[in-house]
Amino acid sequence: MTGEPRPAAARTEPHEADADRREAGTDPRYQDPRVIVATLRSARTVAIVGLSPDPLRPSNFIGFYLQRHGYRIVPVNPREKEILGETSYPSLRAIPFPVDVVDVFRRPEAVPEIARDAVAIGAKALWLQFGVVSPEGARIADAGGLAVVMDRCMKIEHARHLGRMHWLGFNTGVITARRAREL
Amino acid sequence: MSAPAPGEGALPGGEPEPPRGEGDQGTRAYGFDTRAIHAGQRPDPYTGARAVPIFQTTSYVFEDPESAAAYFNLQEYGNTYSRIMNPTTAVFEERIASLEGGAGAVAFASGLAAQAAALFTMLTPGDHVVASSALYGGTVTQLKHLARKLSLELTFVDPDDLSAWRGALRANTKLLYGETIGNPGGNVLDIAAVAEIAHGHAAPLMVDSTFATPYLCRPIEHGADIVVHSATKFIGGHGTSIGGVVVEAGTFDWSNGRFPVVAEPSPAYHGLAFHETFGMYGYLMKLRAESLRDLGAALSPFNAFLFLLGLETLPLRMARHVENALGVARFLEAHPAVASVRYPGLAASPYRELVARYLPRGAGSIFVFDLAGGRAAGQRFIEALGLWSHLANVGDAKSLVIHPASTTHRQLSDQELAAAGVGPGSIRLSVGLETLDDLLDDLARGLAAARGTTS
Repeated sequence: MTGEPRPAAARTEPHEADADRREAGTDPRYQDPRVIVATLRSARTVAIVGLSPDPLRPSNFIGFYLQRHGYRIVPVNPREKEILGETSYPSLRAIPFPVDVVDVFRRPEAVPEIARDAVAIGAKALWLQFGVVSPEGARIADAGGLAVVMDRCMKIEHARHLGRMHWLGFNTGVITARRAREL
Repeated sequence: MSAPAPGEGALPGGEPEPPRGEGDQGTRAYGFDTRAIHAGQRPDPYTGARAVPIFQTTSYVFEDPESAAAYFNLQEYGNTYSRIMNPTTAVFEERIASLEGGAGAVAFASGLAAQAAALFTMLTPGDHVVASSALYGGTVTQLKHLARKLSLELTFVDPDDLSAWRGALRANTKLLYGETIGNPGGNVLDIAAVAEIAHGHAAPLMVDSTFATPYLCRPIEHGADIVVHSATKFIGGHGTSIGGVVVEAGTFDWSNGRFPVVAEPSPAYHGLAFHETFGMYGYLMKLRAESLRDLGAALSPFNAFLFLLGLETLPLRMARHVENALGVARFLEAHPAVASVRYPGLAASPYRELVARYLPRGAGSIFVFDLAGGRAAGQRFIEALGLWSHLANVGDAKSLVIHPASTTHRQLSDQELAAAGVGPGSIRLSVGLETLDDLLDDLARGLAAARGTTS
């Protein structure tokens, strides 16, 4: 649910990512709930760049969650052959079928190249997790015609708008008098 | 595991979803009064019930074994057992979190249970807590007991003295704790200044905001990290139910190296690191999945329902509470039988500037005044009242009164009373929602009795 499994050194200094975030001042259009909901509802296949095979890592939590909610996940991790029952590919360009969303659990420096790959393979959206803030990567994807979500967790946003986050007393920010589709 | 289509809820019968695109689509920042009525509830899909249903159930049937495992591993949001979560209670929790501007909330069976769990989640033996010396007596007692039994270090400081807060900090100080409006002294906390002191020491600030409610003050907006409430008081508002709630801002860095109890892998969840895994929701997940689960002081869904009813009218009630309180305070201030009135909302209050900054809509409706005549006058005052209820609670629609020297503080000498900030003639009022003139008429009768005359 948080950003990329940060490198060990950064984990003891989490202020760094926060500072990046403040400096970058994530553009509100990259956190537009309308884009988030449309992306979540239209996507079928989600490539997860930096997916960890460790079931206790945030990226693995999110991959597991997305599978449970009907998405096909595509691990992108050059060090693994298979994660969460799916073949792992060394890069986005190595995936032999189309993907809808590229969900990124990598350090911000790695994002521009991932964004170029996402454009090249015809993905429809680039989604950067909590703490993954890359204005350059966002611009590349945006220019390539992709929807962009930045510094947001795909699991939390799914649970907030379409799932069951409200069952645990979290502030989803959702205000509606319309009948829900699910409790 | 039967996977629904992406982005779809598990609708019975596989009905197609109604079209989206209606409403504001999450783009509007709704006002406080709207959120007091709507936040946390979506009318349920099966019945369409408009009121929040009371889910009076201990447990929940799992869809399949994989789902059960995912819920227990915290990989998925799901209901397992009402000691840990309940759909009625969850509406109350989310609504309070929305009103306070927090990331989320966890409800408890009482305010003191909420407070104990909030502390239990973040502290370990050897940690030091700096707390206001003007806290509610029940909180002081709880802190002293916890300190003794859990080997915590504890320092009480004059909450009005910022240098005292600063001077009390130690290498092992892990928490600063105060009340928005002190009970019963009525001192107003300089939340932003104390939060800055706390954050300069990489420690969170926790605030008991029971007397203010989120309608009068939202401590998170001023830098507080954790807000606790006795929901028993104004939130319920009608003196029906005991309950409490913890709200967390979601912005404190629990991975700063000083809170391994929050940040490091939890043996109870196979080594799950709560703060890293759940990010801004890590403390709240731990508060629920460990502290509430282990301490067991769950709020009943029925009480949560009553608190929800209370919250729907919170803005209306609080506006009237403070209006009546100011009327009562001004009446007492001008009365010859009254030595002093400690209502922070009065123009003469030493907290006037802090009230303007933190409580612009009013300084609550609970305060102490001192009779000129001492302990015996206090008893005569109480005996003469006919409309004010003599009891040990506050924050009810009904006006309440208590004479500490002859009740809660009865065993203390006059000197010990003074040390507790309570005079022999101190009276604590909780001003309710009745017709102001009726409240004043009854008080006039009591004050005449206190002076030894009849009205």
